[in-house]
Amino acid sequence: MSTAIHSSAVLQAKLWYAQRISAMVLGLCVAIHLFIMFYAIRGGLTAGEILGRTQGNWLFAIFYEVFVLACLVHAPIGLANILRENFPRSYGLSILPWVLATLVLVLGTTAVIGVFTGGVGR
Amino acid sequence: MSTVNLKVKVWRGAEQGEFVEYLVPRNSNQTVLDVVTYIQRKLDPTLSYRFACRVGMCGSCAMTVNGVARWTCRTHVAKIVEGDSLEIAPLNNLPVIKDLATDMREFFNKWKGAVGFFKGEQTRHDDFAVVKPDSEERQLANAGIECIGCAVCYASCDVVASRTNYLGPAALNRAWTLTNDVRDTQQLDRLRAVAGDAGCHTCHTHGSCTERCPKQLEPTAGISGLKKLVARAAVRGTKWGKL
Repeated sequence: MSTAIHSSAVLQAKLWYAQRISAMVLGLCVAIHLFIMFYAIRGGLTAGEILGRTQGNWLFAIFYEVFVLACLVHAPIGLANILRENFPRSYGLSILPWVLATLVLVLGTTAVIGVFTGGVGR
Repeated sequence: MSTVNLKVKVWRGAEQGEFVEYLVPRNSNQTVLDVVTYIQRKLDPTLSYRFACRVGMCGSCAMTVNGVARWTCRTHVAKIVEGDSLEIAPLNNLPVIKDLATDMREFFNKWKGAVGFFKGEQTRHDDFAVVKPDSEERQLANAGIECIGCAVCYASCDVVASRTNYLGPAALNRAWTLTNDVRDTQQLDRLRAVAGDAGCHTCHTHGSCTERCPKQLEPTAGISGLKKLVARAAVRGTKWGKL
C-alpha cells in the first residue's frame, strides 16, 4: 500500500474517532440545552429573562462554548464525508467543510459572548 | 405432482436481457433452486445458473428472488411466493455472465484486499495452538466464522451499489473474524487494508447485510468492531502497534 493511501486511511480513522467523541459531547449538550429550554419557557420567553440567566454567568458561557467546539469538530467532518461520497471527483468542494467550520466557530462564539456580556460594548 | 403451476419469470441474457416466463409445476416443500433446476432440465437446457451442495453450505446458489437476495437451495417457495408468481434474477452489484450466473471475481478479490486470509507463524512440526473456547477473541471470531461466501450481503448493500471500491460486508466480516484470531500474524496490515475510504468507515450502518444474511451473521456488528479497532490503532495504538 502506498504511503499516501496509508496516511489518508489513518487520517480517516482519526476523523471518525473525533466525530464519534464529539457526537458523545453533543448528545450530552443537546440534552442539557433542551432541558434548560423546557424549564425556561414555562412562564413565557423574553430576551431580558434569557440575559438575566446568562449575563455574567461563566458556567453558561463555558457550557455553550463547549457546545460550539463540539459542533466545530462534528459538523464539518460529516459534511466532508457527504461531499466525498456524492461528489468524489470534485476536489474544489473540499473548501466547504472549512467554510462551515469557520462559520460555526465565529458565529457560535459571537453568540456565546453576546449572551455572556448582554451585548455591552457593541 | 400438483396440477397447479407457478408463473416463474427468469432473467435471460447478460447485462442486457429480459425476463422470460416459464410455467413450473407447484410441489410441496419445493425450493427456489428446485424451480430453477426444473426449468433447466425440463423446459430450457440453455439456462445458466450456479449451484453445488444444495444444503446451504457452499454459498454458490444465491440469486435475487422477488427482489430480495436469497440462498435459493434453502428458500422454500411457499414462504416467499406472491400469489402464484416468482421473479428470479441474478444477484445485484455483480456483473452478470449469463442468465443467473454472476461474475464473483471482484467479490472474492475484495476478501483478499481486506487481508481476509489467515497467516500464522507455526509449522506442522509445532504443537497445536491453544485457544480457549470461552476467551473473548474466540467468541468474537465464532460470531462471524460461519460465512459461506454466498454474496447475499454484498448484493444487498446500498453502499456497494453506490461506491464500487467499497470492500463490502463479507470481506469486512472476514477481516473482523481474523482480527480476533490470536494466531494470525498480519494484524496491522489488515487494519491498514480495512481503514479509510474503501473500508470499514464507509459503512452507513443500514444493516441490510445483517437482515439478509442466510446464516444469521451480523456483518454490521463486525464492521463496527473494525471501526473502533482501526480508530484505536490510529490514535492510541493497539497490542500489535500503531497505524
